[in-house]
Amino acid sequence: MAVPILKQHDYLIATVQSTLTDSDMMQLQNDLAERVGRFRSKGVIIDVTVLDVMDSFACRMIRTIAQVIRLRGAETVLVGIQPDVAFAMVQLGLSLDNVPTALDLEDGLALLEQRIRGRHNHER
Amino acid sequence: MNDESIVIVAIRSDADIIAARQQGRQIAASLGFTSTEQALIATAISEVARNIVEYAQKGEITIQAFSERGKHGILVQARDQGPGIADLDLAMQDGYSTSNSLGLGLPGTKRLMDEFDITSEIGKGTTVTMKKWRY
Repeated sequence: MAVPILKQHDYLIATVQSTLTDSDMMQLQNDLAERVGRFRSKGVIIDVTVLDVMDSFACRMIRTIAQVIRLRGAETVLVGIQPDVAFAMVQLGLSLDNVPTALDLEDGLALLEQRIRGRHNHER
Repeated sequence: MNDESIVIVAIRSDADIIAARQQGRQIAASLGFTSTEQALIATAISEVARNIVEYAQKGEITIQAFSERGKHGILVQARDQGPGIADLDLAMQDGYSTSNSLGLGLPGTKRLMDEFDITSEIGKGTTVTMKKWRY
Protein backbone atom coordinates (compact mmCIF):
# COMPACT_ATOMS: atom_id res chain seq x y z
CA MET A 1 0.00 0.00 0.00
CA ALA A 2 1.37 3.40 -1.01
CA VAL A 3 2.31 5.79 1.78
CA PRO A 4 0.18 8.97 1.83
CA ILE A 5 2.20 12.18 1.93
CA LEU A 6 0.70 15.31 3.48
CA LYS A 7 2.01 18.79 2.78
CA GLN A 8 2.01 21.12 5.75
CA HIS A 9 3.63 24.53 5.20
CA ASP A 10 7.31 23.87 4.47
CA TYR A 11 7.10 20.23 5.47
CA LEU A 12 6.03 16.91 4.00
CA ILE A 13 4.68 14.28 6.36
CA ALA A 14 4.71 10.66 5.18
CA THR A 15 2.76 8.42 7.52
CA VAL A 16 3.31 4.72 6.95
CA GLN A 17 -0.09 2.99 7.18
CA SER A 18 0.83 -0.68 6.99
CA THR A 19 3.71 -3.06 6.39
CA LEU A 20 5.73 -1.88 3.40
CA THR A 21 6.77 -4.04 0.50
CA ASP A 22 9.99 -3.22 -1.33
CA SER A 23 8.07 -1.50 -4.12
CA ASP A 24 6.13 0.62 -1.56
CA MET A 25 9.51 1.76 -0.21
CA MET A 26 10.79 2.59 -3.69
CA GLN A 27 7.62 4.53 -4.44
CA LEU A 28 7.92 6.47 -1.18
CA GLN A 29 11.47 7.41 -2.11
CA ASN A 30 10.45 8.62 -5.58
CA ASP A 31 7.33 10.44 -4.36
CA LEU A 32 9.24 12.30 -1.64
CA ALA A 33 12.11 13.25 -3.94
CA GLU A 34 9.65 14.63 -6.49
CA ARG A 35 7.41 16.47 -4.02
CA VAL A 36 10.30 18.12 -2.16
CA GLY A 37 10.98 19.87 -5.47
CA ARG A 38 7.37 20.53 -6.43
CA PHE A 39 6.44 22.07 -3.07
CA ARG A 40 9.92 23.47 -2.33
CA SER A 41 9.73 21.67 1.02
CA LYS A 42 12.39 22.25 3.64
CA GLY A 43 11.79 19.13 5.65
CA VAL A 44 10.32 15.63 5.60
CA ILE A 45 8.91 13.55 8.44
CA ILE A 46 8.58 9.80 7.99
CA ASP A 47 6.29 8.32 10.63
CA VAL A 48 6.84 4.58 11.19
CA THR A 49 4.65 4.20 14.29
CA VAL A 50 2.68 1.30 12.75
CA LEU A 51 5.74 -0.73 11.71
CA ASP A 52 6.27 -3.80 13.90
CA VAL A 53 9.51 -4.83 12.17
CA MET A 54 12.41 -2.74 10.88
CA ASP A 55 14.83 -5.18 9.31
CA SER A 56 18.16 -4.40 7.67
CA PHE A 57 16.48 -3.80 4.32
CA ALA A 58 14.00 -1.27 5.76
CA CYS A 59 16.83 0.56 7.56
CA ARG A 60 18.86 0.71 4.37
CA MET A 61 15.88 2.12 2.48
CA ILE A 62 15.29 4.78 5.16
CA ARG A 63 18.96 5.79 5.01
CA THR A 64 18.77 5.99 1.21
CA ILE A 65 15.58 8.07 1.28
CA ALA A 66 17.11 10.50 3.79
CA GLN A 67 20.21 10.84 1.61
CA VAL A 68 18.14 11.49 -1.51
CA ILE A 69 16.06 14.10 0.35
CA ARG A 70 19.23 15.76 1.63
CA LEU A 71 20.60 15.98 -1.92
CA ARG A 72 17.32 17.66 -2.87
CA GLY A 73 18.06 20.27 -0.23
CA ALA A 74 15.71 19.18 2.57
CA GLU A 75 16.05 17.45 5.93
CA THR A 76 14.46 14.17 7.04
CA VAL A 77 13.42 13.11 10.53
CA LEU A 78 12.20 9.60 11.31
CA VAL A 79 9.57 9.36 14.05
CA GLY A 80 7.61 6.67 15.86
CA ILE A 81 10.02 3.73 16.21
CA GLN A 82 8.28 1.44 18.71
CA PRO A 83 10.12 0.09 21.78
CA ASP A 84 10.06 -3.55 20.58
CA VAL A 85 11.29 -2.47 17.15
CA ALA A 86 14.08 -0.37 18.67
CA PHE A 87 15.18 -3.31 20.81
CA ALA A 88 15.27 -5.67 17.82
CA MET A 89 17.23 -3.11 15.76
CA VAL A 90 19.87 -2.81 18.49
CA GLN A 91 20.20 -6.59 18.83
CA LEU A 92 20.52 -6.93 15.07
CA GLY A 93 23.18 -4.21 15.06
CA LEU A 94 21.31 -1.89 12.72
CA SER A 95 22.13 1.76 12.43
CA LEU A 96 20.30 4.61 10.77
CA ASP A 97 23.61 6.47 10.41
CA ASN A 98 22.88 10.16 10.26
CA VAL A 99 19.10 10.02 10.02
CA PRO A 100 17.79 11.95 13.02
CA THR A 101 14.96 10.36 15.00
CA ALA A 102 12.31 11.72 17.35
CA LEU A 103 9.72 10.13 19.60
CA ASP A 104 6.62 11.24 17.73
CA LEU A 105 5.28 13.68 15.15
CA GLU A 106 5.26 16.61 17.58
CA ASP A 107 8.89 16.15 18.63
CA GLY A 108 9.81 15.38 15.03
CA LEU A 109 8.45 18.70 13.78
CA ALA A 110 10.32 20.55 16.54
CA LEU A 111 13.56 18.75 15.66
CA LEU A 112 13.07 19.44 11.96
CA GLU A 113 12.59 23.16 12.64
CA GLN A 114 15.72 23.21 14.77
CA ARG A 115 17.80 21.42 12.12
CA ILE A 116 16.57 23.61 9.29
CA ARG A 117 17.36 26.73 11.30
CA GLY A 118 20.79 25.28 12.04
CA ARG A 119 21.38 24.62 8.37
CA HIS A 120 20.51 28.19 7.41
CA ASN A 121 22.69 29.72 10.13
CA HIS A 122 25.53 27.52 8.97
CA GLU A 123 25.17 28.70 5.39
CA ARG A 124 25.11 32.36 6.31
CA MET B 1 -1.18 -24.64 19.26
CA ASN B 2 0.13 -28.17 19.70
CA ASP B 3 3.70 -29.18 19.01
CA GLU B 4 2.87 -31.00 15.78
CA SER B 5 1.64 -28.04 13.77
CA ILE B 6 4.11 -26.75 11.21
CA VAL B 7 3.68 -23.70 9.03
CA ILE B 8 5.56 -23.68 5.74
CA VAL B 9 5.89 -20.43 3.81
CA ALA B 10 7.25 -20.51 0.27
CA ILE B 11 9.67 -17.61 -0.28
CA ARG B 12 9.90 -16.16 -3.78
CA SER B 13 9.36 -12.42 -3.42
CA ASP B 14 9.42 -9.55 -0.95
CA ALA B 15 5.70 -10.11 -0.25
CA ASP B 16 6.55 -13.64 0.96
CA ILE B 17 9.11 -12.17 3.39
CA ILE B 18 6.30 -10.17 4.99
CA ALA B 19 4.01 -13.22 5.05
CA ALA B 20 6.70 -15.35 6.73
CA ARG B 21 7.44 -12.87 9.49
CA GLN B 22 3.73 -12.30 10.14
CA GLN B 23 3.20 -16.05 10.46
CA GLY B 24 6.19 -16.23 12.79
CA ARG B 25 4.86 -13.47 14.99
CA GLN B 26 1.44 -15.10 15.14
CA ILE B 27 2.85 -18.46 16.16
CA ALA B 28 5.20 -16.82 18.68
CA ALA B 29 2.24 -14.96 20.19
CA SER B 30 0.18 -18.14 20.43
CA LEU B 31 3.09 -19.79 22.26
CA GLY B 32 3.13 -17.03 24.85
CA PHE B 33 6.24 -15.11 23.78
CA THR B 34 6.27 -11.48 24.94
CA SER B 35 5.73 -8.76 22.35
CA THR B 36 9.44 -7.89 22.47
CA GLU B 37 10.35 -11.52 21.82
CA GLN B 38 7.79 -11.64 19.01
CA ALA B 39 9.51 -8.64 17.41
CA LEU B 40 12.92 -10.32 17.70
CA ILE B 41 11.58 -13.54 16.14
CA ALA B 42 9.76 -11.68 13.34
CA THR B 43 12.89 -9.65 12.58
CA ALA B 44 15.09 -12.78 12.50
CA ILE B 45 12.64 -14.43 10.08
CA SER B 46 12.64 -11.29 7.94
CA GLU B 47 16.45 -11.39 7.69
CA VAL B 48 16.76 -15.04 6.70
CA ALA B 49 13.83 -14.73 4.27
CA ARG B 50 15.51 -11.68 2.72
CA ASN B 51 18.70 -13.72 2.23
CA ILE B 52 16.70 -16.37 0.36
CA VAL B 53 15.18 -13.82 -2.03
CA GLU B 54 18.49 -11.96 -2.42
CA TYR B 55 20.86 -14.88 -2.94
CA ALA B 56 18.84 -17.98 -3.85
CA GLN B 57 15.71 -16.39 -5.42
CA LYS B 58 13.48 -19.06 -3.89
CA GLY B 59 13.23 -21.33 -0.92
CA GLU B 60 11.01 -21.94 2.08
CA ILE B 61 10.68 -21.17 5.73
CA THR B 62 9.14 -23.55 8.22
CA ILE B 63 7.97 -22.35 11.60
CA GLN B 64 6.86 -24.65 14.39
CA ALA B 65 6.43 -24.98 18.11
CA PHE B 66 8.70 -27.49 19.75
CA SER B 67 9.61 -28.93 23.12
CA GLU B 68 12.85 -30.37 24.37
CA ARG B 69 13.43 -31.78 27.85
CA GLY B 70 10.49 -29.90 29.28
CA LYS B 71 11.46 -26.59 27.67
CA HIS B 72 9.24 -25.01 25.04
CA GLY B 73 10.06 -22.74 22.19
CA ILE B 74 9.80 -21.85 18.53
CA LEU B 75 11.83 -23.43 15.76
CA VAL B 76 12.43 -21.62 12.49
CA GLN B 77 14.15 -23.17 9.53
CA ALA B 78 15.06 -21.38 6.28
CA ARG B 79 16.01 -23.60 3.36
CA ASP B 80 17.09 -22.84 -0.16
CA GLN B 81 18.75 -24.58 -3.08
CA GLY B 82 20.77 -21.49 -3.97
CA PRO B 83 24.47 -21.04 -4.67
CA GLY B 84 25.51 -21.70 -1.06
CA ILE B 85 27.99 -19.74 1.06
CA ALA B 86 31.70 -20.32 0.32
CA ASP B 87 33.10 -19.25 3.70
CA LEU B 88 30.65 -19.72 6.57
CA ASP B 89 33.13 -18.54 9.20
CA LEU B 90 33.58 -15.30 7.30
CA ALA B 91 29.82 -14.88 6.79
CA MET B 92 29.29 -15.28 10.54
CA GLN B 93 31.83 -12.58 11.40
CA ASP B 94 30.40 -9.31 12.62
CA GLY B 95 31.24 -6.58 10.17
CA TYR B 96 31.62 -8.95 7.22
CA SER B 97 28.35 -7.65 5.93
CA THR B 98 28.53 -3.95 6.59
CA SER B 99 25.31 -2.06 7.11
CA ASN B 100 25.74 -0.51 3.69
CA SER B 101 25.99 -3.69 1.67
CA LEU B 102 23.13 -6.04 0.99
CA GLY B 103 24.83 -8.22 3.54
CA LEU B 104 23.84 -11.56 4.93
CA GLY B 105 23.30 -10.08 8.38
CA LEU B 106 23.86 -13.50 9.92
CA PRO B 107 25.72 -12.47 13.11
CA GLY B 108 22.97 -9.98 13.93
CA THR B 109 20.26 -12.54 13.24
CA LYS B 110 22.03 -14.98 15.55
CA ARG B 111 21.87 -12.41 18.35
CA LEU B 112 18.09 -12.16 17.96
CA MET B 113 17.60 -15.88 18.68
CA ASP B 114 18.81 -18.30 21.39
CA GLU B 115 20.21 -20.96 19.08
CA PHE B 116 21.45 -20.57 15.55
CA ASP B 117 22.89 -23.12 13.20
CA ILE B 118 23.81 -22.81 9.55
CA THR B 119 24.85 -25.40 7.00
CA SER B 120 25.73 -24.60 3.44
CA GLU B 121 27.11 -26.41 0.45
CA ILE B 122 28.34 -24.70 -2.71
CA GLY B 123 25.90 -25.32 -5.54
CA LYS B 124 23.46 -27.16 -3.26
CA GLY B 125 22.05 -24.52 -0.98
CA THR B 126 21.86 -23.21 2.55
CA THR B 127 19.85 -24.15 5.62
CA VAL B 128 19.53 -21.91 8.66
CA THR B 129 18.00 -23.39 11.81
CA MET B 130 17.11 -21.06 14.67
CA LYS B 131 15.42 -21.59 18.02
CA LYS B 132 14.11 -19.33 20.68
CA TRP B 133 13.11 -20.64 24.08
CA ARG B 134 10.16 -19.41 26.05
CA TYR B 135 11.31 -18.64 29.58
